[in-house]
Amino acid sequence: MAIQTSINGKPVALAAEPDTPLLWVIREELGLTGTKFGCGVAACGACTVHVNGEPTRSCSVPVSEVAGKSITTIEGLKSADGTLHAVQQAWISAQVPQCGYCQSGQIMAAVALIEKTGSPSDAQIDEAMTNICRCGTYPRIRKAIHAATGQAAKAAKPAEGAA
Amino acid sequence: MADNPTSDMQEATPAKRKGVKRRAFLIGGVAVVGAGLFGISIADSNAAKSAKASVEAAGGHSFATWLKIGEDDSITIYSPHTDIGQGSNTGLAQMLAEELDAAWDQVRVVSAPAEPAFANVGLGRAFLADMTGQPAIINGIPQSFLSFIARQMNLQMTGGSTALRFTGRVTFQNVGAATRLALIETAAKRLDVPADELTTQDSHVIHSKSGRALRYGELAAEAATLSLDNAPKLKDPSQYRIMRQSMQRLDIPAKVDGSAQYGMDFSVPEMRVATIMAAPVRGGKLTSVDTAPALAVKGVEKVIKLDDAVAVVAKGYWPAISGLRALTPEFSDGGNGGISTASIFKAQDDLIAKGEADSTAGDGDVQAGLGEKPIEATYQVPFLHHAMMEPFALTAHFKDGKLNIWGGMQDPLATKMMAVDVSGLDADDVTFHPMMIGGSFGRRLPMYMEIVAQVTKLAMQLPYPVKLIWSREEEVAQGAYRPQSSAALQASLTKEKRITAYRNDYAQPESAESETVFPYTLPAVSRRHFAHVSNQQTGAWRSVNSTQQGFYNESFMDELAHAAGEDPVVFRRNHLKAGSRHLRVLDEVAARSGWGSPLPAGTGRGVALVESFRTIVAHVIEASVGDDGMPKVHKVTTVVDAGSIVNPDAAMAQIEGGTIMGLSSAIGEAITLENGAVQQSNLADYPLLKMAGAPLVMDIHFLNSGADMGGIGEPGVPPAAPALANALFAATGKRVRNLPILTQAKA
Ligand code: FES
Ligand code: FES
Repeated sequence: MAIQTSINGKPVALAAEPDTPLLWVIREELGLTGTKFGCGVAACGACTVHVNGEPTRSCSVPVSEVAGKSITTIEGLKSADGTLHAVQQAWISAQVPQCGYCQSGQIMAAVALIEKTGSPSDAQIDEAMTNICRCGTYPRIRKAIHAATGQAAKAAKPAEGAA
Repeated sequence: MADNPTSDMQEATPAKRKGVKRRAFLIGGVAVVGAGLFGISIADSNAAKSAKASVEAAGGHSFATWLKIGEDDSITIYSPHTDIGQGSNTGLAQMLAEELDAAWDQVRVVSAPAEPAFANVGLGRAFLADMTGQPAIINGIPQSFLSFIARQMNLQMTGGSTALRFTGRVTFQNVGAATRLALIETAAKRLDVPADELTTQDSHVIHSKSGRALRYGELAAEAATLSLDNAPKLKDPSQYRIMRQSMQRLDIPAKVDGSAQYGMDFSVPEMRVATIMAAPVRGGKLTSVDTAPALAVKGVEKVIKLDDAVAVVAKGYWPAISGLRALTPEFSDGGNGGISTASIFKAQDDLIAKGEADSTAGDGDVQAGLGEKPIEATYQVPFLHHAMMEPFALTAHFKDGKLNIWGGMQDPLATKMMAVDVSGLDADDVTFHPMMIGGSFGRRLPMYMEIVAQVTKLAMQLPYPVKLIWSREEEVAQGAYRPQSSAALQASLTKEKRITAYRNDYAQPESAESETVFPYTLPAVSRRHFAHVSNQQTGAWRSVNSTQQGFYNESFMDELAHAAGEDPVVFRRNHLKAGSRHLRVLDEVAARSGWGSPLPAGTGRGVALVESFRTIVAHVIEASVGDDGMPKVHKVTTVVDAGSIVNPDAAMAQIEGGTIMGLSSAIGEAITLENGAVQQSNLADYPLLKMAGAPLVMDIHFLNSGADMGGIGEPGVPPAAPALANALFAATGKRVRNLPILTQAKA
């Protein structure tokens, strides 16, 4: 029996086996490859999507669990006319990505954080942004989150001093 | 059986494979050097002609292989390098566009080898032929440097150092300048004015006297027929308007909207997905496997046995990995079952204690200088995993005698050569299509990337295209690790707090000599390498031997400073040559970090200074130890002398990333062995630094010393671990001599 759900605002019926992780349904059945495979065990966050607005590591959620829910992937962040989401724009301004492989997940996690907190503090960023970036783009991710939430001054000048 | 679900492939003999790997690698390496030196001079060779034809097929006019100008003024640059996110393609484009006086917004970069003619190994042969035909230039490069490049190529490509330092400076700037002259010559004829009355700007040739201007696009067809000046005059840096600017990286927009296509993302109709498990103990072979449990998983189509691995082919990754996990394959251990982390350290210590070095470098009478009672310290570092975020994924399709392979590799040509060898096909029948790479750090070099051979073997016996994906578990367990290494350091001091002699005995597979620069001027120095090889595959890990050597030397210099009762910056300064670049970097980092100013209780400051890839980097780190025993890095102040910088913001990003990778490895990373097999299984037990662990403040400064351009991808890494260890000593009085710090925090 097909699993009914909605991806990026469009209803879809999925043919995958119910135990298939959502990640592989998104990538292989729907062909949306912006959502990445990094570890398969919820350790890296490369596969982060929104399920009913909640940031979710799709490698560790069987597709059967998202029946009837609404899923947003990186491809669904742009507005209908193709304008990038403010967070995506901030990512370009801050020149965040290096290899880029983790960045879909980082952006999805950041969008969810900003939707929840408005303008997150450094401590809130530390707590919520647990996705791994092997290229080490963390300072720029932080800067881009601040910039996207109007905390430009903070973004330009990180807090001085130690401990 | 009619439908044989398993089959065995012929393995090439190990000896042959080894030779081929080296050959392919060297050809790849030479091609990189060749690309840098002979991009123009190959213009008449057949390979260049076919490259030109392939470039022009889609319209536009080709100049010296690497550049195409369209009649619509579009400028396409063909990069022979793989951009892994360090911005080397953008940097190369800046260098060419600068000398060409191109309109920057018209410039785009594409991967040269994606064009079939560029991927043709004939081009590599042309480079070699040209190289032997150009003794004057080739003789100018010491053999040691060529082999250095051959070994380090991956990282320099990754780090943007070979790319900009060789391809960029030697070829791309010349191609830009020579093409500009050809455009001027063409315009002079057309406008009937002397060439020296013409100037160029934003892709136009301008005759200001008459107020006329011609677009590059309208001059290109004719200019492309002229022969190019082989030694055009380059701009003075004071005229730069594209180089030395923080141009936005051309690859970034596709990386924020999910449209960038990595090897993992490739797909063709009818494609199946495979995943694989190799012998957990390196050197072991597959002895038996009952394939039935995998074949019982819905979606699994085949189980393929290789000499040392078993692969499951399925309709998708999930059935493939589920099928693989259902198997209980038996592997031999190749006689390596007794190897462990402890046994390797023991063997290394024994070698050093025995004192029969495999190679020795340095000068002066060290034995005499050390005297009776030298200061001694021993250090240990573990194997490190690259942990690039995109696990290996290559797609291969064998059809009608042709093999096509798609994926992200650092050396497309060598990858192709490896597939040629494994498949037994002609080079002309194998094509490698490079795609974007989700991180590498030295891991994606074909000579230790078994997946190239694996996917080739699978494709050769499958009637459909197959994408082979390594699980993260496979990735962690089958790495090409930074070597586990030990060192014993000794030195003696005079009453005046000066070092009399310094010895660095280290044990690991290969000598670190070619990447090690010891910056201090001492009466006697000795570096002795003790060769110890385990069953593990070791490889280049971002900054290669400079990571462990930087940790050893800069930790020990700190110990000596404390033994002498001297401030660590002052102590280093006293052993550096007056007026040297190293001294300037050290002084600058001391000043900018507020070295010596008071810190909160429990927080310490540490300094380290390391030169690698011709770039000098010093970090001052402020750190403390949390209640959990884990180090907390508060602030990093960094000074970099890379000679000159093509794109300051991209260079900054590389230093940020390199520093964080250095801290990550120092704090938490270790691959350990038990019974010959790797104990870590995924990222959950190979802890990488996350946002909360990254320094909140990173204050990075570049000194434009004007020295030869150094690398930028690697050099941020090596001083990070010792600067942190030195800061923790300042904070706690406890010396970190074994990495990672995490294992000691736990102990
Ligand atoms: S792939 Fe899902 S968390 Fe790593
Ligand atoms: S940008 Fe490469 S892993 Fe984050």
